[in-house]
Amino acid sequence: MPQASPQPNNGVTEVRVGLASCGMAAGASQVNDYLRDALAEHNIPLKSVGCIGMCHAEPLVEIVSGDGESFMYGKVTPERAKTIVTEHVLGGKPVEDWLVMGCQATAGDYVKRQTRIVLRNCGHIDPENIDDYIAAGGYEALAKALAMTPEQVIEQVTKAGLRGRGGAGFPTGLKWHLTRIVPGDVKYVICNADEGDPGAFMDRSVLESDPHSVLEGMIIGSYAIGARQGFMYVRAEYPVAVRRLRHAIEQARERGFLGKNILGSGHDFDISIREGAGAFVCGEETALMMSIEGRRGMPTPRPPYPSEKGLWEKPSSINNVETFANVPYILSKGAEVFASIGTAKSKGTKVFALAGNVVKGGLVEVPMGTTLREIIFDIGGGIRDGRELKAIQTGGPSGGCIPASLADTPIDYDSLAQAGSIMGSGGLLVMDDRTCMVDVARFFIAFSVEESCGKCTFCRVGTRQMSEILERITHGQGTPEDLVKLEDIAIKVKQGSLCGLGQTAPNPVLTTLRNYREEYEAHVNEKRCPTLKCAALITYTIDADACTGCTLCARNCPVNAITGEVRKPHLIDQSLCIKCGMCQQVCKFNAVTVS
Amino acid sequence: MDQALAQQIKEIVDRVNTEPGSAIPILQAVQNTIGYVSKEMIDEIATNAGIPASDLYGIATFYSQFHMEPRGKNIVKVCHGTACHLLGADRVAAAVEMATGAKEGHTSSDRVFSHERVACLGCCSLGPVIMVNDEVHAAVKPERVATLLRKYRQSKSDSEVKASAASQPSA
Repeated sequence: MPQASPQPNNGVTEVRVGLASCGMAAGASQVNDYLRDALAEHNIPLKSVGCIGMCHAEPLVEIVSGDGESFMYGKVTPERAKTIVTEHVLGGKPVEDWLVMGCQATAGDYVKRQTRIVLRNCGHIDPENIDDYIAAGGYEALAKALAMTPEQVIEQVTKAGLRGRGGAGFPTGLKWHLTRIVPGDVKYVICNADEGDPGAFMDRSVLESDPHSVLEGMIIGSYAIGARQGFMYVRAEYPVAVRRLRHAIEQARERGFLGKNILGSGHDFDISIREGAGAFVCGEETALMMSIEGRRGMPTPRPPYPSEKGLWEKPSSINNVETFANVPYILSKGAEVFASIGTAKSKGTKVFALAGNVVKGGLVEVPMGTTLREIIFDIGGGIRDGRELKAIQTGGPSGGCIPASLADTPIDYDSLAQAGSIMGSGGLLVMDDRTCMVDVARFFIAFSVEESCGKCTFCRVGTRQMSEILERITHGQGTPEDLVKLEDIAIKVKQGSLCGLGQTAPNPVLTTLRNYREEYEAHVNEKRCPTLKCAALITYTIDADACTGCTLCARNCPVNAITGEVRKPHLIDQSLCIKCGMCQQVCKFNAVTVS
Repeated sequence: MDQALAQQIKEIVDRVNTEPGSAIPILQAVQNTIGYVSKEMIDEIATNAGIPASDLYGIATFYSQFHMEPRGKNIVKVCHGTACHLLGADRVAAAVEMATGAKEGHTSSDRVFSHERVACLGCCSLGPVIMVNDEVHAAVKPERVATLLRKYRQSKSDSEVKASAASQPSA
């Protein structure tokens, strides 16, 4: 919580800038640089915070006043920041046009409709300052846990009904119990921060915005199972997260939350960071452990489960970032409070990375049981450009495409499975009516071909065969037999693969075949892409009546396929055209049509 | 192998090879310093670290992060995550190829740009996204790519070009 400034300046006590990766991508660093100088003059504290979650409105600047009122500005540029400082911070008058949330604004539903447990501190605290985390109640849960017996801690987590947030939904309390009861001196706690699903960024945001909550969860876990060493396996593509984690670990060591005899309890524990090296399969727990051991990350059969023989053959418990971030909340608020949120079998909340053709993409944390429709329309503001919802993709390359007709499906592990998809780690991609579902299947399978580790023949060869068939279909060279073969291979890959990657890789194919068969048939039988997406099946032409001869398209065509004189209609040479669509994108007169 | 490079590798191995399972961190450290990991360097690491060269080679070819050939001064990573794909990543990639002259997975002949494909940069609400060196650019329009990359072409023609290390954070 913000501390009151000694000299309130028009009631403004603190200014916060969101400096997670997505904020920085949108230009938050420049805004931060400007504000640092501008506010220093007036002695107003500026705080760098992590992800506020409204990625669609980045860069975000929040003005907090003494009475706890908050004003959130979106899409802030250094120029806008200057106006905000003059008019609001110094003049006391909010610039209402740029507010995305605040007393006067109506768009505040985005955060208000959420229930934030995992994201409780994201956007409020400075992720690089442990005192901020402690002031927000951080490390209280750890002290509480250390005063209990390890068995009591496990009992609390079990009673809370927490299930693994990495996607599989295994009960966390049970996992800890199974690791605890295996005899042995050396045990490991591992945090899986190898968030590899394309379209998922929940873990990145938590690590960048509130790293201590994950560390605290890990330390509590280590006490529960009796581990003295922990590993954090972080994806290499997340440099900011790695940097903030290193910093957080150092601070936790200085304060005695990590190291020998933690808080005088006699429990020793420390954490090492391992950076991934770019292999999706390492998100699978046995492959992840191989990678920590310094080997090629290739999954091994289970049993033995990691709880018996894990890292270096020692009992190990692997949990996901979001799972760990829930643990301090459960310990400090009590298992009953946590278990009162959610559904009968899925307790608590789930964080989703909402993206795709949705108006307000970003981080969304909702109680289990919320429907997909509520997330997309009530929080996400509906479909971009006024288009229709076509499909919802959850679970990344392992998940499926849920058709719009099932948008009232509540999100919990079991309902999503019934709808043909999976909860997955939390990527939630919204697809509008311009999306070609055959192309989506092709996209995901191409990903799985790249990422298959090559150990199981079905996965290694089968994904490639599916990819070749889908390539043919999207090029208008598919046959009706291809559809039969595609389904057959998909089922065999599912059955014949050892790990989760192979077992789930066919899901995007199977769900699109089931729900959008007519689109496959249009590609195969009529050589037509109904949504005009598949390049080989479409033609770009210039409407001579609409064309003003401005030459913009010709100048932007990468292959010089467009010719024409100034102020005369232009023409596309179809033999040269690569269907990149650049001409349509740059044309100001809607003269380029696609058919 | 040149003496200075051998010495550099020895220093890296001594610094990083502190606990079991350090093969990947060693390779990462070498690549971050030198820019890539060649077969020659792998042999040198093997001798210093006591890890079989075949193991190191297996690791370097398994993980997509490792590059066995020198890369360009600027690394352009085009995100092909699902959200970026839906929002036109292919067109952005075509524009990057046009602006740099480097096909995906290749380096331009003047070695100014390497054009790479990544699975997801985790900025899905801001797609299409590209990452140039350590900077992420959001909502990239294909027609703006050439202008966007011009600044890197200029700034990196100075002599103070730093080694194009992979994604090592600039502390």
